Order: sequence, then structure tokens, then C-alpha cells
Amino acid sequence: MELLLQLVVQGIVVGSLYALVALGFVLIYKSSDVINLAQGEFLLLGAYIGLVFAGSLQVPFLLAVLLSLAAAFGTGLLVERLVLRPFIGEPAISVIMATLGLSMIIRSLIHMIWGTAPRSYPPVFSQEPIQLAAGPYRVLVSEAHLWTLAAAVILLVALTAFFRYSITGIAMRASADDQQAALSMGISVKRVLAVTWGVAAMVSGLGGVMLGNMNGITPILSSYGLKVLPVAILGGLDSIPGAIAGGFVIGILENLAGGYLDPLVPGGGVKEVAPFAFLLLVLLIRPYGLFGKEIIERV
Amino acid sequence: MRYPFAMECGVFRTTYREDLALHHTPIAKARLWLLIAVLYLLPSLLGSYVTSILNQVAIFSIAAIGLNILTGFAGQISIGHGAFMGVGAFASGYLMTKHGVPFWVAAPAGGLIAALVGAIFGLPSARLKGLYLAIASLAAQVVLDFVFIRWESVTGGVNSMSVPRPTILGHALDSEETFYYLALTLALLHGAFAVNLFRTRVGRALVAIRDRDLAAEVMGVDLFRYKVLAFALSAFYAGVAGALWGPYVLIINPEHFTILLSIELLAMIIIGGLGSVMGSVYGAAFMVVLPIAVSRLATFASQYVPGVGDRLMLLREFVFGTAIILFLVLEPEGLARLWRNVKDYFRLWPFSY
Repeated sequence: MELLLQLVVQGIVVGSLYALVALGFVLIYKSSDVINLAQGEFLLLGAYIGLVFAGSLQVPFLLAVLLSLAAAFGTGLLVERLVLRPFIGEPAISVIMATLGLSMIIRSLIHMIWGTAPRSYPPVFSQEPIQLAAGPYRVLVSEAHLWTLAAAVILLVALTAFFRYSITGIAMRASADDQQAALSMGISVKRVLAVTWGVAAMVSGLGGVMLGNMNGITPILSSYGLKVLPVAILGGLDSIPGAIAGGFVIGILENLAGGYLDPLVPGGGVKEVAPFAFLLLVLLIRPYGLFGKEIIERV
Repeated sequence: MRYPFAMECGVFRTTYREDLALHHTPIAKARLWLLIAVLYLLPSLLGSYVTSILNQVAIFSIAAIGLNILTGFAGQISIGHGAFMGVGAFASGYLMTKHGVPFWVAAPAGGLIAALVGAIFGLPSARLKGLYLAIASLAAQVVLDFVFIRWESVTGGVNSMSVPRPTILGHALDSEETFYYLALTLALLHGAFAVNLFRTRVGRALVAIRDRDLAAEVMGVDLFRYKVLAFALSAFYAGVAGALWGPYVLIINPEHFTILLSIELLAMIIIGGLGSVMGSVYGAAFMVVLPIAVSRLATFASQYVPGVGDRLMLLREFVFGTAIILFLVLEPEGLARLWRNVKDYFRLWPFSY
């Protein structure tokens, strides 16, 4: 029971991060029908930028987080302008390959600037684990985990509100729905796409800062980009609530698989594969994910 | 008898048979046979270092042609072809080392097993399209990677599996040159099959699916059957390439067949040209030669700028990424199209049309 609870709580924490990064996928897919395979590199970049502010420049941690979010937003704008703009209206495979190329470029630039040695953030949170509840339902959580969960939830709520109420959010939803109609209503789809990439880079940047805080920064962090794809697909590529729900489902599933199945397989590794195997099953039953919009084709 | 110096001009084909012909002039046919003859003579002209590069190009050409059949001709994206190559390599390696099956049986068997696995992972294409299908193939890659590492009794896991070079009439093909004849022959056979495939009913059905799947279905193309067939065929090519790669490098390790290989294969067909058999070959050559060129350049540059050599791997990745994006922006039809432009320029010279 204790193990189960511990795994579920860990799953929720990791899941909130997954939800954040998956949100980046969903945003970009919704507004331009593209999957951004460089999402993991955005995350890694966010982690390193955060490290520059919090580590080298000694900025207070909260301010450092805000600054790195701003920097990540700027990077997103820049990338959209330089790389993605020429691909508006091109077939999906071209755009996917372009984001693959982009991921290679960002990764090699990051390695050139910061090297490949693992780094860690200056300690902000206490190492002492916090005990939630007592007795048979005892669960230990580290402070960093709790803050991660809180930050993710705050950002998720803020983004949901942004999409529902702000004029930019509504414009983004409109151009996601139908680019032509949005254009004719006077919405600059180009600008919307730029903001989308900015926000997508920002949410994965926050994921990067938080992950870096929990586990330190290594280049392997960029693999989160691919790890989170099942989350986005599971929820449905074009559904924001889907990304959030998918994040928690995959987070918990992964930790349960890691806790219960890994010891059965010599060498382990089930934790990494379980989300993908689950994904294949889900796709066979619900091809557009749990909440994705079904595309009905008429001839 | 036609005048031998006549230029090709205009389209005067009056029958479907003529229209479908591979060579429209006797000169084109002669040129092809000459090219093949030159390809077979290359090792004795160029020495074993260049031959080793040619070997890699030949092997990756087979895999790239396979992926191009699926992605370029049938329009289904696969981010899992590296794993299918791995299936072919491990399956044939297992047959050769554990059961003593000769290479000549094990390689096609490896291809067939890869085709079977490819067909299984192609089943989702019944319901999935576009990006969702691409991600399903990514899932295939991850799951197969896991199987390669953990199914130690068959694959050897992280300890990898050593395989011998194939033998012919008791002689092992243990030099670069002798192996090249095998690799080249297989690449030519697979290339010829692919070129001819698109002159048949099946090939045209695949192209129809790519262009407009609904219209194809209305025309009587069984979408599911042909999509799975495309997956199987394309995985067969990848499997044969894998079965050839194992004996070539003498060792099969799960690390060869990760997502990186899948991405490289995709990059090959993008750079070479989607929907072009020759393009796959150019793309494979580009991706094999590029890292060598970059490392040469870095070694050269490190005489003047110290420390460049250490960052070689990064430089390589950077150049790969940039090349992919530049090709996509500037010449989406890839090297095949560039080559055609060059040929047209000289054929039409001094006029531009």
C-alpha cells in the first residue's frame, strides 16, 4: 500500500511536468497542424537558461524562473521566424523533418556552449523529505517535487484562463480552428503562430527548469521531448484538457510500471517502454486519443 | 535504324507500353549498362578505403529505397525504420550464429521476418493517418529497441552479437572489395525491383493512396491491404539492409538501431528526394559522406584553430540539422531534382528551355 501510494504521488508530480511539455505539443499542433519534435530541446534550453540566471548570475530563484521563461519565449519567437515561417502550407512530413533538423541544431549548439557534463542548480529547496499523512498511508515527497507540482498547476490554470478569456488566446483558438476564417476576421495568423511557438517554448522551458531542479541537468533531459509524445497523443493532439489528463495518466502509469514490472524484467527498462506500448493500444481503440477531435472526411 | 546522334526531343509515345518503358532511347539503355559496369569496376580503381564508403552507401541505399517506397511513394510516414533494420540484422544473425544457417538463406529470412514485424506495426495504419501514424511508428521503434536490449537469449542484448562474413564456395567475403560486389549486387537488385514496382498495378495503387486516399478507395484500391503491404515491403528492404549491415561490421549491437538511425534514414530520403528511387541512393551517399567530410574538415581546421577536433560530433550534428532544413526550404525535391536540373541545363544548352 505504501509503495502504491508513493508511486502514485510520484506519478502525479512527474505527470504535471509531462502535462506542461505536452501542452507545448498541443499548442503548436492546434495552431498549425505540426508536431514539434524539437520540444525536448526547448526543455533542455530552458533548463540551461535557468541555470545561467540562478547559478552564474546569482539572481533570486523566483526571479530567475521568470527571466528564463521570458528568454524561452523569445527563443520560441526567434525559431518560428527563422525556421518555421517558410514551412507554412507545406506538407506535414516536411515540417516534421524541419523540426527534427531544428532539434539537431539546438542540441549541438547547447553542447557547444555548455558542454555535456552534468550540472546542478544551486540548492533552493530543502533536501528534507516532507511526510504527507501518517500510518499506513505514509508518503514522502521532496520539497522540490511539491513546488514543481504547484508551478505546473499554476501555469496550467493560467494558460487555460488565457485561452478562454484573453483576446490573444481567443485569436489563437480561432486560427487553430480555421486559418482562413481567422484571416478574414482580421487576425494575423502569422503573429498568432509566432506567439504559439513562444508559449510552447515557454511551457517546456518551465518544465526544463523544474526538472533541472529535481534531477540536475544532463543532455539526456532532451529525451523528454519524445517521452512526452505519448502524453500528447493519448489526450488527443488538439485537446488542452487532454494534454493535462494524459500527463497525469502517463505519469502514474509509468511509475506503476516502473515499481511493479521493472523488478520482473532482468535489467529493467519497462518504465520507459510502458507509455509507448500503452499508446499503441490506445491508438488501436481510439485513433484520435481520449479527447481529440475526430476528423470526419467527406468526399 | 535511328540516327545515333539524334537528341531526345518531345514526347512522341503512342502506346502505353512505350510510355511505361524504363529507357526511352537506346542510348539511355546503353548508358545504364555502362554505369553498372563502372560500378563493378570501382573497387579496383579506387582502393579499399573508398570501397568501404561505397559499401556503406550500398547498404544504406537499400534501407533508404525501402523507406522511400513507404514514405515517398505510399505517403505513410515511419519513424521506426531503424528498428526494422535491427529486426533484419538480429533475425539473420540469430539464424547464422545459433543455427548455422548460411548467409544466403539467413539474409532473405531476416528480410521476411522484418517484413512480418513491419506489417504488424503497419496494422494501426488501418485507422491512423498522418501524424498519429508517425507517432505509432515511433512507438514501434521504442518497443523494438526494448526488445533488442532485453531479449538476450536471441539478440545478445547489450553484449551484442558477433556474426561472420558470408562465404561463397568456401571463400569468405572478408575484404572490402569482395563484400562490395555482394552489397552492390543486392542494392542493384532491390533498386531495379523498386523502379519496376511503380510500373505495376501495385505500385500505382500505392501512389494513388499517397495522392488522395479517398479517391483511391473509390477507384477500388483496398486501402488497408495496400498500406500494410507497403509497410511489409518497406520493412523487407530495411531488414535486408540490416542483414547485410551485421556481417559487414561483424558485430550487431542494439545501439546501432536506435531512433537516431530512423531519423538518419528519413533525412536520407528527404535530402535525396521523396518518391525517387535514385534519390534514395543520392541521399544515402550524402549521409555517409557528410560525416567523413566534416571530420576531414575539422582535422584540417584544428591545425589552425586548436580544439575544433574535439567538438567534431557536435559539428556533425549541426551540419546534419542545417542540411536537412536547407534542403527542405530550398529544394524540397532533394538531390534527385538538383541532378535533373543540372542534366537539363546541359542538355538544353545554350537555351534555357
